[in-house]
Amino acid sequence: MNWYKFSSPKTFYPVAGSLAPYFLGVAGALLILGLYIAFFLAPTDFQQGEAYRIIFVHVPAAWMSMFVYLIMAGWSVVGLSLNSKLSYMMAQALAPTGAIFTFLALVTGSLWGKPMWGAWWVWDARLTSELILLFLYVGYMALHSALDDVRRADRATAVFALVSAVNVPIIYFSVKWWNTLHQGASVSLTQAPAMAKIMLMGMLIMSISFWMYTIGVALLRLQCIIAEREREIIWMNEAQRSE
Amino acid sequence: MKIAGILQALLWRDIKLAMRRQSDVVATLFFFVVAVSLFPLGIGSAPSLMHAIGPGVIWVAALLSSMLSLNRLFSSDYADGTLEQLLLVPMPLTLILAIKIFAHWIVAGLPLVILAPILGLQFDMGAKDIGILVLSLILGTPLLSLIGAIGAALILGMRGGGVLLAILVLPLYIPVLIFGAGAVTASVNGISPEGALSLIAAMLTLGVVFAPFAAAVALRISLE
Repeated sequence: MNWYKFSSPKTFYPVAGSLAPYFLGVAGALLILGLYIAFFLAPTDFQQGEAYRIIFVHVPAAWMSMFVYLIMAGWSVVGLSLNSKLSYMMAQALAPTGAIFTFLALVTGSLWGKPMWGAWWVWDARLTSELILLFLYVGYMALHSALDDVRRADRATAVFALVSAVNVPIIYFSVKWWNTLHQGASVSLTQAPAMAKIMLMGMLIMSISFWMYTIGVALLRLQCIIAEREREIIWMNEAQRSE
Repeated sequence: MKIAGILQALLWRDIKLAMRRQSDVVATLFFFVVAVSLFPLGIGSAPSLMHAIGPGVIWVAALLSSMLSLNRLFSSDYADGTLEQLLLVPMPLTLILAIKIFAHWIVAGLPLVILAPILGLQFDMGAKDIGILVLSLILGTPLLSLIGAIGAALILGMRGGGVLLAILVLPLYIPVLIFGAGAVTASVNGISPEGALSLIAAMLTLGVVFAPFAAAVALRISLE
């Protein structure tokens, strides 16, 4: 099977359209299952009470926020080295989802922080680096939308994604050391006592659900991007007419 | 002409050009001083407060003023077509950019380093702490120019690029800020600043090796 066949927007456009509903369907089913576990099956935490239940959304969202940036950087490498249009589009399609997950992780984190730490925001290393990650997503999308020439926008954002992805671990560790330099770790997220199996299960299911959602939504967004960019081209008009 | 000769000529050209338009250089420096002076006016001037915020304020102002000067790095060369000629020079673009970034640092970064002790005095720093401040700026400001060059190359020729440049570059500046201000704060508090300084030096080494290359890639994309 020739995989390169699918690297052309023309062949991938219908594939993306037919795959997306499956991913979204699986995501929806797992979301319901995960939330059921989160709200009804998982026991109440003896230290944190009911408020801990937000981790079923918070932790998967935080995982995805970092992971999506890496995937974007990966597609950027593919794009810059093989010069394939679709890889750039892939990276572009993932960016808003990643930004949303970052935002979600920040919001759920502060909702959890208020009852637990008594503050909406703490300059903890993880919070701070997550915030910086949000800045990077915003920068990526701002750069893409500011450049009119799509080809230049694709490649410029790819360079930015790569440079900033290399920086993400440096930022993380610097913020971590800064934190220990300025104040003793007033709050630590790492004191996780052996988690109940059902909690871990719920979190994993939610993660897979978010994962599937990311793929499904990225594919749909990819279709929009392809349609927007290839609107002058004949195959696109024919595809639109036949739909 | 030998490579060294070409590079030397480039360096002198950039410095001379900057010196012929001194108002730009002076304005950025003045911004540095004004920005730093605003903080005591806004926060209050109790000595203990000055000790606590001084290093951070000076470093943040240095960050902002070196970001403001980034536009000068390529824009005028781009406007008069010099940049396209530089791309045609039979030499690695990475080397040419490394020289241009170095020239930019001499014009925009070095004056900050020279001015910093005076601002340090305003914040009631001791001689040793001022020494650490200068050292951290000597190591840190080239890094700001190096990282900034990538951003400046990416937004070249874009209308309203200034704000975008800030969004792109400032998050990447954060590690420099943390260790730069961290070194001085440690020194003020009587802790050894060696660790933070070593880390900036390590990042500078990485930056010198990789940033000109990344800026060259970005510049080729922008000038295509």
